[in-house]
Amino acid sequence: MSSEVLLEGKNLVKHFPHGTKGLMSKPDGLVQAVDGLNIVLRKGQTLGIVGESGCGKSTLARVLARLIEPTSGSIFLEGQDITHVGGKDLQLLRRDIQMIFQDPFSSLNPRHSVGEIIASPLRIQKIVPKGGEKPRVQELMDLVGLNPEHYNRYPHEFSGGQRQRIGIARALALNPKVIVADEPVSALDVSIQAQILNLLEQLQHDLGLSYVFIAHDLSVVRHIADEVAVMYLGKIVELAQPAGLYSSPAHPYSKALLSAVPLAEPRSTHMRGRIVLEGDVPSPINPPIGCRFAARCWKAQDICRAQEPPLGPAKSLLKPEDSLVACHFPENSN
Amino acid sequence: MSAAVDTPFFYFPVARLLRIALTRFIVRRIFFALVLLAAVSLFTYLLFALLPTDPAALTCGKNCKPELIAANRVRLGYDKPIYEQYWQFVRGIFAGRTYGSGDIAFKCPAPSLGYSFNQHECVSTLIGKTFPVTAYLSLGSFVLWMLLGVGTGIIAALHRGKWQDRLTSLVTSIGVSLPTFYVGLLVLFSVVIWLQWLPFPHYASPTDNLHDFLTAMILPWITLAVLSAASYTRLTRNGVLEAMNEDFVRFGVAKGLKNRTVMRKYVLRAALIPIVTIAGLDFAALLGGAIVTESVFSLPGMGRLAIRSVTDSDLPVLVGTTLVAAVFIVMANAIVDIIYGVLDPRVRLK
Amino acid sequence: MESTPLLSVNNLSVEFSTPDGIVHAVNDVSFSIEAGKTLGIVGESGSGKSVTASSILKLNSGVTASTSGSILFKGDNILGADDKKIRQLRGSEIAMIFQDPLSALNPYYTVGHQIIEAYKVHHRGVKKPEARKVALEMLRRVGIPNPEARIDEFPHQFSGGMRQRIVIATALINSPKLLIADEPTTALDVTVQAQILDLMKDIQKENGMAIILITHDLGVVAETCDDVAVMYGGRIVEKTSVNELFTTPTHPYSFGLLGAVRSLDKSARGSLRTIAGAPPSLLHLPSGCSFMPRCVFANDGHSKCSSIVPELELVPSTHSLSACHLRKDALLKLTTKDLL
Ligand SMILES: Nc1ncnc2c1ncn2[C@@H]1O[C@H](COP(=O)(O)OP(=O)(O)OP(=O)(O)O)[C@@H](O)[C@H]1O
Ligand SMILES: Nc1ncnc2c1ncn2[C@@H]1O[C@H](COP(=O)(O)OP(=O)(O)OP(=O)(O)O)[C@@H](O)[C@H]1O
Ligand code: SF4
Ligand SMILES: [Mg+2]
Ligand SMILES: [Mg+2]
Repeated sequence: MSSEVLLEGKNLVKHFPHGTKGLMSKPDGLVQAVDGLNIVLRKGQTLGIVGESGCGKSTLARVLARLIEPTSGSIFLEGQDITHVGGKDLQLLRRDIQMIFQDPFSSLNPRHSVGEIIASPLRIQKIVPKGGEKPRVQELMDLVGLNPEHYNRYPHEFSGGQRQRIGIARALALNPKVIVADEPVSALDVSIQAQILNLLEQLQHDLGLSYVFIAHDLSVVRHIADEVAVMYLGKIVELAQPAGLYSSPAHPYSKALLSAVPLAEPRSTHMRGRIVLEGDVPSPINPPIGCRFAARCWKAQDICRAQEPPLGPAKSLLKPEDSLVACHFPENSN
Repeated sequence: MSAAVDTPFFYFPVARLLRIALTRFIVRRIFFALVLLAAVSLFTYLLFALLPTDPAALTCGKNCKPELIAANRVRLGYDKPIYEQYWQFVRGIFAGRTYGSGDIAFKCPAPSLGYSFNQHECVSTLIGKTFPVTAYLSLGSFVLWMLLGVGTGIIAALHRGKWQDRLTSLVTSIGVSLPTFYVGLLVLFSVVIWLQWLPFPHYASPTDNLHDFLTAMILPWITLAVLSAASYTRLTRNGVLEAMNEDFVRFGVAKGLKNRTVMRKYVLRAALIPIVTIAGLDFAALLGGAIVTESVFSLPGMGRLAIRSVTDSDLPVLVGTTLVAAVFIVMANAIVDIIYGVLDPRVRLK
Repeated sequence: MESTPLLSVNNLSVEFSTPDGIVHAVNDVSFSIEAGKTLGIVGESGSGKSVTASSILKLNSGVTASTSGSILFKGDNILGADDKKIRQLRGSEIAMIFQDPLSALNPYYTVGHQIIEAYKVHHRGVKKPEARKVALEMLRRVGIPNPEARIDEFPHQFSGGMRQRIVIATALINSPKLLIADEPTTALDVTVQAQILDLMKDIQKENGMAIILITHDLGVVAETCDDVAVMYGGRIVEKTSVNELFTTPTHPYSFGLLGAVRSLDKSARGSLRTIAGAPPSLLHLPSGCSFMPRCVFANDGHSKCSSIVPELELVPSTHSLSACHLRKDALLKLTTKDLL
């Protein structure tokens, strides 16, 4: 990992208030959606994020794209502190960081035609592309595999996958440096997924884009990411390069996650040992002290429930130096 | 899965917590409104106090003796520094106020907004007499126009593309382009003078003579309501059509809910939220518009009081009416926000 | 096993009128499903999967959509039924999970309210506390941690995956006979996905529920479906058993689709295989096979491809139906060879 750091989050925390007791009192609980994360995205690279649903991936994405302010911690873009920028600076920042949303429909204004939606970042930034707005928008539509003839249609007239491509075209409109993509391809069929992934890689190659890429589909992440962060309940539990992670996961949760991937081979299912996680997902309102995975972990000892394991080098023979894991008893450790 | 968890007893506190979240939101909003009101009152007062005219000189007619002016200045407190004047004014609102002393003292009970020498009455009494007229006028037409506008909007949306829809769209496009003043006169002329369906309006308070009250009010109500309803018909129609495309509405239908239930709990709720916001602003505008309507239909309302105070240079009345109007605009906005919070949980839990 | 199907869809076509012209979203689609079985529907995005699914509950937007064909549920034609009859089916006999979980919940009511509402429409006599108990139990089954604390929260306070589980809980609460699940697990991570699929299978075992599962994840298809229909350009182009789809796909599109699947173990980098070209415009469908412009086999002088719409026909020595003009045995050989 040599290239320079582009986007960096330090000790990021995002808490949401939950419920309230008295009229003037503080909220009585906090949803600790993101709870102390360090994250580094290098220029021209892709950082994949996977993890349990509800573990805070989308929240992290929104914090990194500065759509919401973190509760504490700081974010740097090319060394500049962007944690609290606002107003005009924030608007300029949007040229550099764009987001593709998890939810293809509600992130599209139903009153605007597709052409207007894709052009909206240009209009907000008051940029008039060379050759005019419409050709540029149609070029973008073509790029993501939408029929440019559909320029004047409205979002509800598109299928789920087509709506997602509208969101991708909009994110590309400003030629950003970083794209934070929250499950950009999960609504698409595999052949179009492949097209979009190829497209994203092509753009990365041509324009030097960097991606934060959230996905549930581990094979997608494996394909596109240079580094993968596995999250569990607001924390990163493992950070490694995909090859190492997939062949020998160090954190028990990573291992369980990988074992649950359905394979596109009907007969093979029963040969794989799927690790069924017992117990409930702990609530992010009052997460357990100690390791957050302890209640569902088959390797948990007393120390796991008492003391939180720090994210440190995975002392594994099978792994490269720079992979990190937060576990008292990582897999394959020596 | 303990037993306690499943008893109805358990979930009351949770439901209450939610209601408290809403109450907190409302309390906060009202507090904010009060602060705003204080600021508005100060601003209004200062605005008029800093006018280059001498307020005391305006208290009596042309051939006024300088001694009387000086005496009135002391009586009304215009000799004091301005912050003290304002303080007296605010105290008057809460505690009432006596102007002058001895025999020629005028006493205005709380809430005192000043004393009008032109009309020899407390401003609060003047406003008290005229305010109900304006309130009946505004509230009546507001209710009527919301019912009319939202009602026809829903009908048009439900019969999209059919004759009901096309008829409303024709009527509304005429409605939005007509000025109140013109339509008011037209209606007055045709119904009262030409067709003689109604006698010429003579306002009476509803408790004194309900018949006179209604005959005086019905035309202004209808005029205002029909005109403003037009834009609400459009808003509602488009809002409802848009909401019907929402996925959650389809999910509601897929549950097997009755069309009426889906309409009420899913579609209208989403469609009405933007309408509430605009309605609040329009209600405030309606108060301002009352000036025109009251003159056309010769209703003894606050709008006319305000106009008269301008032509008579009756400063205390002008300050009083401006303040009361401001209070209503601030209140209308607060109410809109609260309704908004009640309708949309995403607002209140921010 | 010969039994009357629970649901049979015959010659279903759905068109939307738009300012640009008529969109032929679904064209002459037929399939059937028996109780206790799972039918997978896969295919190009925009190929009409969701529209087909919504037709079963008559949920396509009334004014612009026109539907023809018949849909028989337990022998009764749904498309001809009146409003009341349909309402009784919706949510109780046939439940549907929509594709987009984040917008399927009403933002103005608590999730508890919405689940209880779904239960109470079809259980008139039940008191609220009781319905609440049922709802809590269902939330627990779909894996919402600490449901008692969260049942009174609003949808926007949940993550995408949790909202989807709430939608699933709402759909399953009346133990429907047929569940139409439009990408029920796309928003979920694989462990929760596995849990939800298990739950659906459990309920299927308990009461013989039939499932129509629309998904892009061929892994999910492999693990859960009995039969699969592959859609392209508003038509079903292949209908087969799940094993045969993966071992011997018999339509060039299915073949391309399988080729695009990524594997977890394969060393990844490098361009992924795609199907060259773009999907057909549903405004002007080609006169022949709608896959023709992208089909690698169509060039070999099969002039029929561009003029005649191929019918679904049995491919010799398989149980697969395929809508392709290619000589059936030739097709089998070609695809298998090319797959390697
Ligand atoms: N606005 C909010 N108010 C309160 N809680 C919230 C809010 N947004 C998210 N949360 C909570 O924060 C946690 C993390 O949510 P987030 O959406 O980041 O999860 P996620 O990892 O993206 O999950 P998924 O994969 O299911 O989309 C969840 O418990 C969620 O309920
Ligand atoms: N209300 C509508 N008006 C016009 N066209 C529509 C409407 N709804 C859907 N369509 C069109 O019908 C086609 C089929 O849509 P459908 O939602 O069924 O696709 P899908 O197979 O579910 O795709 P995905 O996998 O992306 O969800 C699409 O091309 C879409 O643009
Ligand atoms: S019919 Fe022709 S064009 Fe269509 S899939 Fe078969 S070979 Fe290809
Ligand atoms: Mg998310
Ligand atoms: Mg779909």
